[in-house]
Amino acid sequence: MTHEVQTEIAAELLDVRRVYHMGSSQVAALDGISHRFMRGEYWSIMGSSGSGKSTLLNILGCIDRPTKGEYMVGGNPISSLDDNQLSELRGARLGFVFQSYNLIPQLDVLENILVPVMYRDEWPTWALDRAKELAERVGLGGRTGHRPPELSGGQQQRVAIARALINDPDLILADEATGNLDSKTAEEILEVFDELHAEGKTILLVTHENAVGQRAGRTLKLKDGRIEDVVENHS
Amino acid sequence: MIIRSPFLRTVRLGISSLLLHKLRAFLTTLGVLFGVASVIAMLAVGEGASESAQDQIRQLGSQNVILRSVKPPEDQQSNQEVRVLSYGLTDGDRRRIENTYPGVRSVIPVMQVPEEVRRGTRVCRPRVLCTRSGYRDATGRVLYEGRFLTELDESLEEPACVLSYEVARHLFPFASPVGESIRIGAEYLTVVGVVLPRGPIGAVAIDSTTEVGGDIFLPLAAGRRMFGTTQVKMRSGSRDITEVELHEIIVDVRNAADVPMVADACRAMLARDHSEKDWEVIVPLELLLRAEETKRIFNIVLGSIAGISLLVGGIGIMNVMLATVTERTREIGIRRALGAKRKDIVIQFLVETTVLSGCGGVAGVVVGLIIPAIVEATADMPTIVTPQAPALAFGISVGIGVIFGLYPAWRAANMDPVEALRHE
Repeated sequence: MTHEVQTEIAAELLDVRRVYHMGSSQVAALDGISHRFMRGEYWSIMGSSGSGKSTLLNILGCIDRPTKGEYMVGGNPISSLDDNQLSELRGARLGFVFQSYNLIPQLDVLENILVPVMYRDEWPTWALDRAKELAERVGLGGRTGHRPPELSGGQQQRVAIARALINDPDLILADEATGNLDSKTAEEILEVFDELHAEGKTILLVTHENAVGQRAGRTLKLKDGRIEDVVENHS
Repeated sequence: MIIRSPFLRTVRLGISSLLLHKLRAFLTTLGVLFGVASVIAMLAVGEGASESAQDQIRQLGSQNVILRSVKPPEDQQSNQEVRVLSYGLTDGDRRRIENTYPGVRSVIPVMQVPEEVRRGTRVCRPRVLCTRSGYRDATGRVLYEGRFLTELDESLEEPACVLSYEVARHLFPFASPVGESIRIGAEYLTVVGVVLPRGPIGAVAIDSTTEVGGDIFLPLAAGRRMFGTTQVKMRSGSRDITEVELHEIIVDVRNAADVPMVADACRAMLARDHSEKDWEVIVPLELLLRAEETKRIFNIVLGSIAGISLLVGGIGIMNVMLATVTERTREIGIRRALGAKRKDIVIQFLVETTVLSGCGGVAGVVVGLIIPAIVEATADMPTIVTPQAPALAFGISVGIGVIFGLYPAWRAANMDPVEALRHE
């Protein structure tokens, strides 16, 4: 079971390797990565395509497991968790924001925000109020009954952010969250992340755009499955 | 609208997912609908057919053994001017049975007279049966008014007769026939009672048609005296004279268990005493057992045909669900990333198939109840919808939904979330 461990470490990678089998050959997408993400930090993860950032994000998001090494999130070593516990962990501790929003088309805005709550064992009393509050906060208070196809890209991404926040996660993982948006809308979304960071949320932002990457306080640069550099951004 | 109950929420989600492809959902439901409707309708038609067959047999009396005269195959040298044909059961047969078998309650002789029945200008051709007072008990005919024949009628050779309801209504459309007289052939008889018809009281022909069916009963002795046992049929250039003493002997057996034994004994006796095979033995109980066996086979055949159509419906569901799962791979990935367990995904898709097959089942039950009604109204075939049939068909349809939904759901749940999220 997941349990609360009071620590300043939000997530920790310990010599994580991820090897893919391509026929007879093996490809190491991650080749021994060790890193700590502290609470309240805002990181961007950068690298060219093939550098392993997607693989790293999958492992950070607990939808994939390392071939070797250990990943700890909220003090839980994920190698000790089974599939159900991992699902619970994802729902309760992690918030995802995807490049293509990934809202569920047959659900309206409010229902989409509530999806991570639906998979809890019990329906918390605060859920509905919190979902409305979050919709309000991302500027969609008046559109809670709309379905994703009726919303613009920026609005959909706002819904996705609200959905990522509903369970008050330890870690917010954003995968090219502004990749599908025009620069003005992208800026608005990045401002939302800035605000969340200011509130003390831990954010990991995967991007290949320098301008976006530099919004984060620190940047983890990947190359060929290894950490190439860790950069402090001063803005 | 946010529903707090996780189950109802899943059901609602399933329905809204299905509504994304309304035509597809409708067509799939249609497959189940026809399966369920055909199960119910076929069972109803089968049940109705066998029930009416059994009814007819039961009317013969399940404790009876019926011996009938059968015209033997005719000789081919029919050039003679006068042909005399004498065959069938005799009083001797009747007496032997009466005196031989202790388990027999009564032995009722029946002689049929091919005469027209008239009252004033009204004419009809019912079966004119010359018999004994015990006939009513042996065949279970119900008295409508007046009385049936009595032993007194027999001994007095009193020209009394009893009409069946159809005949009474035809000859006496507006009044009770009891106490009135009718003419059979050239003889006048007094009506003493009316019995109910065997089947339900249907529309009775009051017009001038002679085809009203029904029976008239008169004492055997009186019938013999008035009409004799010989019948003369005139043809161009020849005359056929047929002599039949008794057309039918009804052996009323006291104990149903003795029926097969008595039947066999009658067969043996008739085979010994008659040089020709001019008789047959009908055992309603045997017929009933055979009809039940036929019904069983009938039900199996109809049931399997209907079952196959349900199976086809199930395959339809599976096909659609597999397509749906593939189409919604990304959604599955999203849900898994957001905390859905495998179990949650399985339940989600199972609920969808169950909703599909359940809707098909409900609609199928409705259609399945309408079809027998239509069949009964248009084809004049009796149908019986047993309460088990709709329940069974609905249960099977939901079961099929679950069974055929399991594999697609299992496939959905076991997708790799990483792959599923990457799916376009």
